[in-house]
Amino acid sequence: MVTSLSRRGQLNTEIGRLERMLEIRAVEESIQTLYNDGHVRGSTHLANGQEAVSVGIASVLRPTDVVTCTYRGHAAALALGVTPEGVLGEICGRVIGCSGGIGGSMHLMDASVGLMPTFAIVGAGLPVAAGVALAAKLKKNDSVALTIFGDGSTNIGAFHETLNMASIFKLPVIFVIENNLYGEYTRINLSTPIEDLADRADSYAMRKEIVDGQDVDAVIKAIQSAVDFARAGNGPSLIEAKTYRYSGHSRSDPATYRTPGELDEWKKRDPLDITANKLIAKGTLSQADLEKMKLDIAARVTKAIETVLESDGPDLSTLMQHVSEKG
Amino acid sequence: MTVMRTRQAVIEALSDEMESDPNVFLMGEDIGSGGPFKATEGLIEKFGESRVIDTPISEMAFLGAGVGAAAMGMRPVVEMMFIEFIGVALDQLTTQGAFFRYLSRGAYQVPLTIRAAAGAGMGFGCQHSQILDQWFRGNAGISLVIPSNPQSMYGLLRSAIRSNDPVVILEHKGLYGERGEVITGEAGIVPIGQARKVTEGSDVTIVAIGSTVLTAKAALDSQSEWSAEIIDLQTLIPWDKSSVMKSVAKTGRLVVVEESSYSGGWGAEICSEVVSKLWGQLKSPPHRITSPDAPIPYAQELEKRYLPSSVYVVAQINELLKTGKSPAAWWEGAK
Ligand SMILES: Cc1ncc(C[n+]2csc(CCOP(=O)(O)OP(=O)(O)O)c2C)c(N)n1
Ligand SMILES: [Mg+2]
Repeated sequence: MVTSLSRRGQLNTEIGRLERMLEIRAVEESIQTLYNDGHVRGSTHLANGQEAVSVGIASVLRPTDVVTCTYRGHAAALALGVTPEGVLGEICGRVIGCSGGIGGSMHLMDASVGLMPTFAIVGAGLPVAAGVALAAKLKKNDSVALTIFGDGSTNIGAFHETLNMASIFKLPVIFVIENNLYGEYTRINLSTPIEDLADRADSYAMRKEIVDGQDVDAVIKAIQSAVDFARAGNGPSLIEAKTYRYSGHSRSDPATYRTPGELDEWKKRDPLDITANKLIAKGTLSQADLEKMKLDIAARVTKAIETVLESDGPDLSTLMQHVSEKG
Repeated sequence: MTVMRTRQAVIEALSDEMESDPNVFLMGEDIGSGGPFKATEGLIEKFGESRVIDTPISEMAFLGAGVGAAAMGMRPVVEMMFIEFIGVALDQLTTQGAFFRYLSRGAYQVPLTIRAAAGAGMGFGCQHSQILDQWFRGNAGISLVIPSNPQSMYGLLRSAIRSNDPVVILEHKGLYGERGEVITGEAGIVPIGQARKVTEGSDVTIVAIGSTVLTAKAALDSQSEWSAEIIDLQTLIPWDKSSVMKSVAKTGRLVVVEESSYSGGWGAEICSEVVSKLWGQLKSPPHRITSPDAPIPYAQELEKRYLPSSVYVVAQINELLKTGKSPAAWWEGAK
């Protein structure tokens, strides 16, 4: 049976990682249609264009490590192992969703692969990740915590408070900025006076690294060294992955604020193409293999959508369950 | 009189106050582009970047800056986008701004308005759907208003901006798209602390605010067994005691319809006050119809169940009138 854990294991190979990135892209691209057909409510925040960051992170972490992530969490959830049925089911509010349909797009979770319910408040995942790392330290195990957030989140108090505390406590936590250049409709240079957000680490005497977020191998290398550093008891790192989101901030955003040509420039460095081309150049993959892979994934996502749409919404009794230990 | 949507009433009110007082300015995330609800659309073009200020994602900093600027005689209107986001900044309002007048013995006042989208029903999940009036109730120095239609949005927002103390205005996101006739200008201003009688009736007084005014009205219109006096409170702090007492003294029955949780809900205070003041004149126990004590679920059917519907309100009032007893809530004994 396919489980989140078994899917996590598929990231052990280059081909497996490419497949996962293709799957994330296919899932993200299916959501607009689901929305148009009335299956998705509220808001969704897509991560197409940012696949390599999530897949790189998930390839390095152990399933026993814990991740906190933002509302832009579909890619991270899929990368960590959640099935397309689990992610799309949640987005459509079905009982087979990874949070049972009560969370929605912004609140995905899967404890079996260390994904805490994703956070819809900017900055909220950082202090919690520090706490996860603190627990690992107190329990004297070598687990790490990793938190994923956006460029715009580096201006919120929680970011600064947590970096400082993590640094003086030497916590095994990795802070990953997905710098996709925009916080909602505002370009990062309009809200932040520095170019490289990784430089924020300097104020907290923290290890830092800037990485090409479009190249999954580069992401893996950067995350691996931060994780090794943390597991060895040396403390936190701040990693800035330079990336780009192809869609608007959320469903209702046509992204008219982009500078002309910017999107096309970034698409020239598409993370899926970069990885596929590397494998083709190495001879690990042929163009025909790639085409077949894409078709297989499209078919799997179509199948997942069918399964989701056939599945029920959560039972009404779910509403009052797990509110507290007693009910 | 013009027909407009509630979100346009926000824009009109902001625009009219900005025109009449150069000290009024706006601050918030992405308000220049109109924000996710397009409730500030066009204002940056009209008033420029110095009066429509886009901020970094730093709620504590810009809410606190609103307090400081207000203390210097400006009239900031700070937008929190979704009311939950004030959670990362609350100190600046509830513990600083709200007590400034008191601590300074009147030397400083804080004419600050805080706007935020609130409320459930749109599938935004548990961290973007709450009303959170309870975060401001019981906090001296703050007023709290919740409009229910384009007119009260226009009129209450203008009053909020003119108030010399901090006012929080909770804009129900389900109402932004609702249309209605709006009287603009001075005649359209709705005073803080004043309720509005929506309907005349004799069997029961229904007290509601924001979205539940619409729920109560739909409930009343869907049946012909009983008549009700619906009171739209409009302001929650300070609430209009005399309008409520007058109505309940007449009908002898009080039902409160609230969107948020049962425990700690605002209706408890209304019921308590009515019992204390009208003891002996009541024909049945005051009754509260609320949401359950649970986070707001995403799935459509669950979120529908979570909110008090007009069908549920009718059933509850029917039972109250028939039995003379306070009916059980749907979740009681349903587990
Ligand atoms: C405390 C808080 N303020 C504001 C918001 C609204 N909001 C949601 S996402 C977002 C932009 C975040 O930008 P960034 O950190 O760059 O992440 P991205 O969305 O680009 O992944 C904002 C302002 C929020 N959810 N929480
Ligand atoms: Mg961003």
